[in-house]
Amino acid sequence: MASLRDIKSRINSTKKTSQITKAMQMVSASKWSRAESNAKAFVPYMEKIQEVVSSIASGSTDASHPMLATRPVKKTGYLVITSDRGLAGAYNSSVLRNVFQTIKKRHKSEDEYAVIAIGRVGRDFFVSRKMNVELEIVGVSDQPSFTDISELAKSAVGLFSQGTYDELYMYYNHYVSAIQQDVTEKKLLPLTDIATSGKLTSYEFEPSAEDILKVLLPQYAESLIYGALLDGKASEHAARMTAMKNASDNAADLIDSLSLVYNRARQAAITQEITEIVGGVAALE
Amino acid sequence: MKTVKVSVVTPDGPVYDAEVEMISTKAQSGELGILPGHVPMVAPLQIGAVRLKNNGQTEYLAVNGGFLEIRPDVVTILAQSAERAESIDVARAKDAKVRAEKRLQDQQDSVDAKRAELALKRAVNRISIAENNF
Repeated sequence: MASLRDIKSRINSTKKTSQITKAMQMVSASKWSRAESNAKAFVPYMEKIQEVVSSIASGSTDASHPMLATRPVKKTGYLVITSDRGLAGAYNSSVLRNVFQTIKKRHKSEDEYAVIAIGRVGRDFFVSRKMNVELEIVGVSDQPSFTDISELAKSAVGLFSQGTYDELYMYYNHYVSAIQQDVTEKKLLPLTDIATSGKLTSYEFEPSAEDILKVLLPQYAESLIYGALLDGKASEHAARMTAMKNASDNAADLIDSLSLVYNRARQAAITQEITEIVGGVAALE
Repeated sequence: MKTVKVSVVTPDGPVYDAEVEMISTKAQSGELGILPGHVPMVAPLQIGAVRLKNNGQTEYLAVNGGFLEIRPDVVTILAQSAERAESIDVARAKDAKVRAEKRLQDQQDSVDAKRAELALKRAVNRISIAENNF
């Protein structure tokens, strides 16, 4: 049996750990509520732009744009959104496992894919496996603004237009609720599945539908990336909050059971001492 | 007077939402004025000012690119960023202007030069709107 002092020190260290996890849980909870409201603020923009894109793309059949056309696929791009820091439960590992297995399944050689990594954990994962990381961005703030990632989004869309890759998939954790985040794969480019809403307006185009698509489609693709990032951030904070809550709960359980062991051991020591004294007295008589 | 609803939406959330009598802005094909009852239209915008007239007063917004969508009942401006005149940080815009000018002088590389030029345009636009001189 462990000595009293050993048990005591384990209880103390567990207590200290649980203080940290509790603090992290509270920090994540406040970041999570802000990230969630950011993601909500973005919704009207996304809905509007989707509406306009779909009514232009479906309304005028003669308007064509390279970003709408499907090309033979020689190389595939994967945009992976992870966090910069760990301790967020399965948040990063589930996305990375999913991407890694997909790449291994779909591609035989290095030249058939390129990775765009958002977040330090994802970047390190792909770099350490010597996979082809085309673009990377780390240190995205917890409340990212559009300008923070517009550069990366522009380059990601640009690489598609230049023909570096012929399709682009996006992998991120879709935020469902505080306790559920689903790994989502979304085909970003070419823009083939633009949802058409019921009410379509026929527009005049100034100067022409083609010129408008030139402005509109890159903006649309960039906002999809930004939307995924906001979604991912909300998931990250929710995942970290849940993970830290679990850790605090586990610590409390551990402290309880350790205290029980400690008290038993102390009682056993006292009982032994009494027995020894009584034994000693009996021997003197 | 008849009015039309205007909403200005950016990725960081809605910026403006109200009824106005007239909107005038700079589209890529030129200056554009919109009154209530305009034909449905879509037009890309330049970096510039959006002027919203209502009850004899004019409000100014600094808009960075994006496009304008006109429907019978509502006019929507979708921009990557948009600011009301009173919420523009003039000092920051001036810093950005100086930075962009310097970069424009240093850079002969076409991509960076273009980027600096755009940054300069944005900064000048914001400063002129904040100080209300056109």
